[in-house]
Amino acid sequence: MADTDAFFRTEMLPPKEPPLSQRGVWKWMHENMFSSIGSGALTVLGILFVLYVLASAFPWFAHSVWHADSLRQCRDIVHKTWGPGTDGACWAVIRANWNLYLYGFYPMEQIWRPNLAFLLLLVALSPILFSRLPRKMIWFSACYPALAYWLIWGGTLWISVTIMAGFAVGALVLRFLGRIAGTALGVGGAVLGAVLWWLFVAAPVATALADIVPLHLTFVPSDKLGGFLLSFITGMCGIGFSLPMGILLSLGRRSDMPIIKTSCVLFIEFVRGVPLITLLFTASFLLAYFLPPGTTFDLVLRVIIMVTLFSAAYIAEVIRGGLAAIPRGQFEAADALGLDYWKAQRLIVMPQALKISIPGIVGVFIGLFKDTTLVIIVGLLDPLMGISNAVRANVAWNGVYWEPYIFAATIFFIFCFGMSRYSMYLEGKLKTDHR
Amino acid sequence: MSLAGEQPKRAFRLSMLVYDSRYRAYTIQVLFIAALAVLIGWLVNNAAENLARLGITPDFSFLWNRAGYDISMKLIHYTNDSTHGRAALVGLINTLFVSALGCVTATILGVVAGVLRLSKNWVIARLMTVYIEVVRNVPLLLWLLVIYAVFTSVTPSPSEFRGTHPKAEMWFWGSTAITNRYVALPSPEFFRSLGNVDLGIFKVSLDLLALIAVIVAGVLVQRALRRRATRIQEATGRRPATWWAPILCILVPVVALLMLLGFHLDDPRIRGFNFSGGILAPNSIFALWFGLSVYTATYIAEIVRAGILAVSKGQTEAAHALGLRPRRTMSLVVLPQALRVIVPPLISQFLNLTKNSTLAFAVAYPDLGATLGGITLNQSGRALECILLMMVTYLAISLLISAVMNAYNRAVRLKER
Amino acid sequence: MKTTVMLAAVAAAGLAASVASAGTLDDVKARGVLNCGVNTGLVGFGAPDANGHWSGFDVAICRAVAAAVLNDPNKVKFVPTTGETRFTALSSGEIDMLARNSTWTFKRENDLKLTFVGVNYYDGQGFMVRKDLGVNSAKELDGATICVQTGTTTELNLADYFKSNNMKYTPISIKTDAEGKQQFLAGACDAYTTDASGLAALRATFEKPADYVILPEIISKEPLGPVVRQGDDQWASIVRWTLFALIEAEEKGVTSKNLDEMAKGTNDPEINRLLGSSDNLGSMIGLDKEWAKRAIAAGGNYGEIFEANIGASTPIGLARGLNAQWNKGGLMYAIPFH
Repeated sequence: MADTDAFFRTEMLPPKEPPLSQRGVWKWMHENMFSSIGSGALTVLGILFVLYVLASAFPWFAHSVWHADSLRQCRDIVHKTWGPGTDGACWAVIRANWNLYLYGFYPMEQIWRPNLAFLLLLVALSPILFSRLPRKMIWFSACYPALAYWLIWGGTLWISVTIMAGFAVGALVLRFLGRIAGTALGVGGAVLGAVLWWLFVAAPVATALADIVPLHLTFVPSDKLGGFLLSFITGMCGIGFSLPMGILLSLGRRSDMPIIKTSCVLFIEFVRGVPLITLLFTASFLLAYFLPPGTTFDLVLRVIIMVTLFSAAYIAEVIRGGLAAIPRGQFEAADALGLDYWKAQRLIVMPQALKISIPGIVGVFIGLFKDTTLVIIVGLLDPLMGISNAVRANVAWNGVYWEPYIFAATIFFIFCFGMSRYSMYLEGKLKTDHR
Repeated sequence: MSLAGEQPKRAFRLSMLVYDSRYRAYTIQVLFIAALAVLIGWLVNNAAENLARLGITPDFSFLWNRAGYDISMKLIHYTNDSTHGRAALVGLINTLFVSALGCVTATILGVVAGVLRLSKNWVIARLMTVYIEVVRNVPLLLWLLVIYAVFTSVTPSPSEFRGTHPKAEMWFWGSTAITNRYVALPSPEFFRSLGNVDLGIFKVSLDLLALIAVIVAGVLVQRALRRRATRIQEATGRRPATWWAPILCILVPVVALLMLLGFHLDDPRIRGFNFSGGILAPNSIFALWFGLSVYTATYIAEIVRAGILAVSKGQTEAAHALGLRPRRTMSLVVLPQALRVIVPPLISQFLNLTKNSTLAFAVAYPDLGATLGGITLNQSGRALECILLMMVTYLAISLLISAVMNAYNRAVRLKER
Repeated sequence: MKTTVMLAAVAAAGLAASVASAGTLDDVKARGVLNCGVNTGLVGFGAPDANGHWSGFDVAICRAVAAAVLNDPNKVKFVPTTGETRFTALSSGEIDMLARNSTWTFKRENDLKLTFVGVNYYDGQGFMVRKDLGVNSAKELDGATICVQTGTTTELNLADYFKSNNMKYTPISIKTDAEGKQQFLAGACDAYTTDASGLAALRATFEKPADYVILPEIISKEPLGPVVRQGDDQWASIVRWTLFALIEAEEKGVTSKNLDEMAKGTNDPEINRLLGSSDNLGSMIGLDKEWAKRAIAAGGNYGEIFEANIGASTPIGLARGLNAQWNKGGLMYAIPFH
C-alpha cells in the first residue's frame, strides 16, 4: 500500500478551448442572433425578408442602362443584353435630364450661378456648423443671403447691397440712439430707420450705384427655378428665417404681456392646426386677394413665406419645450445679476434652451425640407412630381415611372440623413452635464 | 418698512411709458395691437376692394347645390344627386376614418419597431434601424406614390378571378379577394335586421347599435364581477376565479344576439368586370393607410425608444429588489413612467398623421381635400370659400385632439412642488 | 435701360406692382410681358421642353396674343396652373389670360365672372379601354371601374352619362396624368376617361398604343377656349379677335409662308382688312394696324398651329374633325373682319 505511487500534477493543465458556441463568431451569433427560440425565429425571418427584397429588386438594378436617348432605346438595350422579357432600370433618363432635375429650367449658360451659390452656402454654413473655424467668417454668413439672392435671381448687385445696408442702418441707429435714449427707444428707432431706408432711400441709391458701377447679372425669373434648386431655396430660406421667428414666437408665448401672448398662441395654434397643403393653397389662391388691386407677388416668394410661417410655429413649440426644461433658478440668477430681459435671454436662457431643443429643431428642418415636395400642388416644379411630369411630357421619356422617384428619394435621403447625423454630433458635442 | 412708505410719489410723466418697466408693457402692447389692427384692416380692406372689383361675394350657398359627381368610397349614403355639402361630409368622414385607422396601426407598428430596435438581437435591431432611418428621411409623398404603384402592380386584376379555372384565388375560403382595384370583403348581413334609424344627416344601423349595447353591458357586468373578486380577495385573501367572466358576459350574449338577428356573411362574387356583393374597399385607402402608418410609425418608434430609455435603470432594479416579477415590473413601474414621456409627443404624431392624410391626392383617396378642396372647388370655382372651410375643419380637428392631449397631460403630470 | 433694370430687380424682389388697373392692355404693355396661364404639362397642348421652352396648341394662342400686343411672341410668362388654381389665378390678376383647355360653361362664365372669348378646340369626353377587354361601346361599360382625371367637367359628365344610361360604375379620381397612366396600364381601371384629345395624347405615349382603343362614344360637348376676366371688354376683344384672326387666316389661305406677300395687298378685301394693308382695324382695339399679321407670323394660322402641335403628323395624331373650317365640314367659323 505504501508503495503506491501517489499521482499529482506538477503543472497546470493548459486551459481548454471554449466550446464552439462560446467562441469567436459563433459566440457572437449565439448571443446576438439566437439567444432564444423566439429571437432565433425573428433572426431567420429577418434574414429571409432581406433576401426576398434583394432577390426581387436585384435583377432590375442589375439590368441598369446608363446611356440611351429614349425610353424605347433603353428597353431595346435591356432586351438585347439580357434577353427578351427582362426588365431593367433606365438611369439614362436621369442622365439625359440631369440639369432639369437639379436646376429646373434655369438657363444653361447661367448654371454656374446656382453652383457658385451652393459652394458659397457651404462656406457660409461652415462657421455655424463647426465652431473651430475663425469667428470672423460669421460676417460672410450674415451677408450670404443677399449674395445668394443676387447670384440666383440676377439683376444688379446693388439691390442686395442696399437691402443689406438697411440692416446696417438699423444697427447704427440702435447703437447711437440706444446709447442716448436707452434700449427700448433704440430698438424702435432702429426698426423705423431700417424701414424708412428700404422704402425711400434703397431704390434710388441702388439705381444711382448701378449707373456708376453696373454689377449686373442676367435676370432669371422665378418660373425658371425648379428641381432640387427650388427645394433647396425653399428649404434653406425656410430654415434660415423660421429659426429667429420661432425663437421670437416662443418668447412671445411665454411673455407676461397678455396681448402679445394671446397673439402668439393664436398664431402658433392656427398654423399647427392646419395642413401645409391648405397654407400652400392659400399662398397660391388667396394671397392675391389680400393685396392691393393690381399687385402680384412672386409665387416662389409666397411659398417661401408660407413654408417659413409653417415651420416657425413648429420651432416655437420645440423651443418652448426647451425653455420649460430650464430650471427657474437660471431665470432668477439672471435677474439677480441685473440683466435686462434681452440680455438675460441672449446670455443665459436661449443658449440653454436651444441646446436642449437641437434634436427637435433639426427634426423640424428635416420635415420642412421633405415638405418642399408639396409645392407641386400649386404648380411649381418640385423634383419629385413636377420635374418628373415635365420629363414625361417629352415623348422620348414618356412612360418612365420608378427611376425618377428612386433618384429623388436617394437625394432626399442623403440630405435628411446627413442633417439628423449632424444634429446627433452637435448634441454630443454640446453635452455638458456629467452623467 | 418705513422707507417704502416714504418713497417720493412721482407724478406720471410721458417718458415713463418707455423707461418705466411698469408702464412699458402697456406701451408695447398698445403699439403692437395698433400695428396688428392696421395690418388686418389693410388686408380686409384689400380683400373687400378686390372682391368688389371682381363682382364676387363670398357665398356658401353652393354647398346646397347638387354635387353631380361620384365618390369612390363613402361611409354614409351619397349619390351624385347629393349636395356639395354632403360630398364634403363624405370627405371629412373618410379623412377621419383613415386617420383613426392610421393612428392605431402606426402606434402598434411604432411600439414594435421601437422595442425591437432596443432588442439584443443584432439582425432585428439593425433591420429596424434601417427601416426607421430610410423611411423617415424620404418624403411621405414619395412613399405614398410608391406604395400605391406597388399595390396595383403586384395584385391580380378582377378579371383574373373569372372563369372556371381562375388565374387568381380568393383568400379565406373564398370570401375575400385582393385585386388591384379594391379588396372585396364579405359584408355582414342580417336575416332579421332591426332596420336603420334615420338621424337626419345619416342613418345608423340598429343592428350595430344593439351589438354595441350588448358589448358595453357585458363589459360593465364583467367589471363589477372583477371588483367583487377584488373585494373578496381583500377580505379573505383568496381570489375567486374570474376567467369565465369575459366569456359568459361578452362572448355568449354577442353570439346569441348575432344568431337572433340571423347574422351571415355575404361573399363578394365576380360579375362582369368587377365583384359585386360584399364590401369593396378601394386600394387607395389601403395604400394611404399603410403609407401613413409605416411613415408615422418610424417617428413613434423613436418616441417609444426615448421613453423606455428615459426610465432610469434604478427604477427597474428597485422593482426587482422589491421582488416584483419582470412582467409586473414592466406594467407597474416602467410603463407608467415611460408613458408620461411617450404620450404627449405621441399625440402630436397623431395630429401630424391626420394632417398628412391630405396627401391622399397622391393615391386618389377621396378625403376632404379631394372632395371639398378638389372636385367641389373645381366645379364651383369657389376657391376662397372652399379653402376657408377646409382650414376651419382641420383646425377644429387639431384643436380637439390638442384639448384631449392637454387634459391627459394635466392628469398624468408629476405632482411636484 | 435704367427702368428695366429696376423693374427686373423689383419684380424679382417679389413686388411687381403695376399701375392701378387702367386696363389689362395697358398693364401688359407697361409690364412688357404677357402672363398667360397654361397647363402644368399636357403634351401637345402646353408643356415645357427640357430647356423650359413652352410649346403646344394652347401655348401658341398665348404667343399669338403676345405678338399682337407686344410685338414679340416670346414675351410671354407662362404660369403653370392646376385645375384648382386656374380660375383664381385669372380672377386675382395673376395672369392676364388663360389658355388651358378649359371648357366653356354657363356657370363658369356667369358665376365666376369670366369671359370665354371663343373656342379654339371642340372637344368631347371619351373613353379608352384595353383592346382585349372586348368592349366596343361605352354602353357596355356597366359595372366598370373608371379612372377619371379630375380637374375639368369630366366627373360630372361621367356621372350624368352613366345615370342616363342606367349603368353603374366606380370612379377612381386621379390628379395627375402620370399617376392615371400608371394605374390604367397596371389594370387598376377598366376604362380611362378624359377629353378625346387627351386620350389620343395619352395613348400616343404608351409602349404599345395598338393594344388600346378609344371608344366611339363622345359623351359630352367640351368647347375649349381661352378665358379672360369679365369687366375689361377691350382686352377680351383683343384675345377674341386674335383667335379669330388665326382662324380667318386659315380660311383665306394666309400662312406664315405667304404672309409677307399677302400683306402687300391682295385682291381679297377681307385679307387686306385683316392684315392691315387697307383698313386700320387694330386701332379700334387699342393696337396698331399690323397686329393680326404679327399674330399669324408667331406660329402660323390656325391650321398650321394645329398641324404643328397636335395634327396627324405629330405623335398625338389628332384628325381635324369638328375643328376643321366650317366650309370643310367643321365648326371653325371666324366672325367676319368688317
